[in-house]
Order: sequence, then C-alpha cells, then structure tokens
Amino acid sequence: MTPISLAPTDLAIAAALLVLDALVSLWLNIRVHRQIAIAAVRMVIQLVAIGYILKIIFSLDSPPATLLVVIVMVLVAAREVAARPEHRLRGVANLLIGASSVGFATLVTVVLALTTAIRPQPWYDPHYAIPLAGIILGSVLNSASLALDSFLGSVGRERAAIEARLALGDTYQTAIASLVRNAIRRGMLPVINQMSAAGIVTLPGIMTGQILAGLDPLEAVKYQILLMFLLSGGSGMAAAIAAYAAAWRMTDKRDRLLLDRLV
Amino acid sequence: MTSGLSVKGLRSSLAGPFGLTVPSGTCTAITGPSGSGKSLMLRMIADLDPNEGEVWLDGQARAAMPAPQWRRRVTYLAADSGWWTDRVGDHFGRDARIVVEALAGRLGLGRALLDAQVAHLSSGEKQRLALIRALLVKPKVLLLDEPTGALDPASIARVEDVLAEFTSTGGALILVTHDPEQATRLGTAQFRMADRHLVAA
Repeated sequence: MTPISLAPTDLAIAAALLVLDALVSLWLNIRVHRQIAIAAVRMVIQLVAIGYILKIIFSLDSPPATLLVVIVMVLVAAREVAARPEHRLRGVANLLIGASSVGFATLVTVVLALTTAIRPQPWYDPHYAIPLAGIILGSVLNSASLALDSFLGSVGRERAAIEARLALGDTYQTAIASLVRNAIRRGMLPVINQMSAAGIVTLPGIMTGQILAGLDPLEAVKYQILLMFLLSGGSGMAAAIAAYAAAWRMTDKRDRLLLDRLV
Repeated sequence: MTSGLSVKGLRSSLAGPFGLTVPSGTCTAITGPSGSGKSLMLRMIADLDPNEGEVWLDGQARAAMPAPQWRRRVTYLAADSGWWTDRVGDHFGRDARIVVEALAGRLGLGRALLDAQVAHLSSGEKQRLALIRALLVKPKVLLLDEPTGALDPASIARVEDVLAEFTSTGGALILVTHDPEQATRLGTAQFRMADRHLVAA
C-alpha cells in the first residue's frame, strides 16, 4: 500500500468546513470568524514554509545544516520554557535552565533512538533526526516548563516551611526535597497520562499518520511504543534537570533560601 | 575566650551594623517598633539572609562551620512558624515523643495535639509547638522573634518559665518582644531597635 497523495482540490474540500465554521460564527454572532481565518492562513503558510525548509535540508543532507536546525528548534523551545512560568528567576537563569533541560533531554533521547532503535544510514540522516527531535522537543518542553513553574511557584508559597527547616539545621537539599519531587512529578504527569490513554482514549497522532500513509498498523504501533518510551524518558530528564537547576539557583553556599532571585 | 554569642560588625544592605555580646546563661531582650530591623538582625545572626561581619559562639567562628551546623547551635524561631507536612507529630523526631509530651504539658498543650492536623491548630498552639521543636535541637543560643505574640497571659507565664530554665541551664537567649514588661522580666540586658540600628534601652 502506497501513501495516497493529496491534491490541492482535496484540501479545498476540507477547507469548506472552515468556511462553514466562519458562517456559523457570523450567523450566531460568536465573532471568531476573523480569528478562524487568520489562524487558518497562518497555519497554511507556516506548514508550507516548514515543508519547503525540510525539503531543502533533506536535499542538502549536510550534518552541520541538520544540527543547526535542531539547535534553532531547541532554542525556541528553551524560550518557551523560560517564558511560561508565572514566577521567573532574575536575569538569564530561566533561559539557561530552559535550554539545558530541553537541550540535554532531547539530545540524549534522539541520539539514543537513532543509534540503537531506528538506525538509519547514516544515523544523523535528517529525514529521521529532525522529525524525531521535533516530537521529543514538544513533549520535553511541556515537562520542563511544568516542572519549572511548579518549583518556582511553590518555593514562594512554602517559604515559612522551608525557612523553618533551615533554621532548625536542615540542609537546603532536605528543606526543598519535597518541592523538587512535586515539581518533577508535575512535569511527568502529561506523558504518564498520554501513555495510559494511548490506544483507548486516543489514537496517537504519529501512529494515525503512519497508518494513513499506508504503514501496517502493527508496524505503526511499534513506532508509537518506541516514541512513548522516548517521550517519557526525555520528559523525566527534562523535568528533573529543570527542577534541580531552579532549586540550585535559589540557594548559595550557606544553605540560604534566596527568594530575591525571583522576579 | 568568652562563652556565649558575640556579634561584630554584622550588616547587610538592609540593616546594621550590629555589635552585641550575649554571654551563656543570659537573655538579651530587644524591643522596638515593627519594621525597625529586629527580625532582620536575628535572621542575619542565624545566617538565613546574606550578610557580612563576624559572629562567634563560644570562641568558634560562624564562618568556620557549615551553615546547617551553625543553625543547630544558634537556632532562630520566626514569629510565623512554618510547617512542612500535614500532621503535627511528623515535625518532631519519632524518638522525641516523650520529651515533646513533657514540654507540651509544661506549655499547657494537650498531648492529643501531636496527632492533630497542622491546619486545625490555633496560632498560639503553633507558636508553642514551634518553640518545642526548636528546643529539641538543643541549641546553645535561641533567637526568638516574638515568641509569645499570640498567647494569653497564662500561656505567656508558662513560656517564660521554660525560657528562664533554658538560660539557667547555660543557654543564651536573644528575645525580640513588643512587651516592655516581658523584656524587663526576662532580659539580663536590654536594647532597643530604632531605624535598623541597636541602641541601649
């Protein structure tokens, strides 16, 4: 079975649904028709653009170009991680934590998958490396930002409890241990939910895509299982790095809690 | 070598410099309006806030020992007590139960409180339990920030009795209080905090 290629007219028929949405919006005065139109146009332009960029990168087949694309993706993800939490660290610390957690977790899981499980020739083939990095980044970004948000939010709320422990002679590590644990747990929840729901509540996107593209369902399932393992591994790493790095940033050599490092 | 706490040139961008000596077995009482820097000074002595200057205990420099070790010897008790799990009893060592119950009895607290939820405690109960928690560390110096602020007269007398025992058995005490009479009752020496500086009372 070969993939069924979509013609522009096929997309145009589906776009009719969008027009229907817009008409309903006008008719019921929901006033989202402008947003629908803008979002749809943005989506088409962004996806077509990334399609062309990927085509160029694939045809270049140059490791530095592939690496550059992955680095840009990581940096954009790092910015997202840094910007999302309600409480932020002063200066560039948030950005550094975002970049190190997301970058490290993605790098390790992508390289592991490419060199052991998927094994394209060569292993850094952009056809595999870039999409894989993209999927993992999406999940890892989510985990890192949830963990960071959880820790930075709770450290201010729990100030009295943390300082009570410090004053009694506990180390900073001990005093914040439960906050770090909760932050990591918070970061890993989405991927745990995703794994439990996979196949029952949801048919994961990657698997659905591969089945639509003509792959045997069992082959698609194997890919999905591999991906889920990679995602949970990457998410755990990213959440742990983000939580521990934020915790470390909030103290000094004298085991103090430095809340003035939060904005 | 003097026995007790001595503070020299202790300052931060927020308060000080402070100089102070509290010999073992004595209590230094500090009064002064809210926001004058009393808590800041106690926090700096306990090394909970960044600060410069020298603090010594029984001739040993604070800088020469890890901060947690220092804080077990020079223990700060905040005006608002902090609690890190739901059950009261979890905040005390498991083997300390007998000591805790004895102290709780002396401070007018029922032993059932140890099995209660922190959320159900009154502020006065929390304050006395936090004092017990600090005493269990067996510090040489206690830095108390308004330890009787939320208490009725009978409970205040009980707390003062326990504090007098602490100093009479060799402990050094810095007591921040809003009550001048309490300062006179307990204080061997008295100071007033005014505009982030210490002046003789």
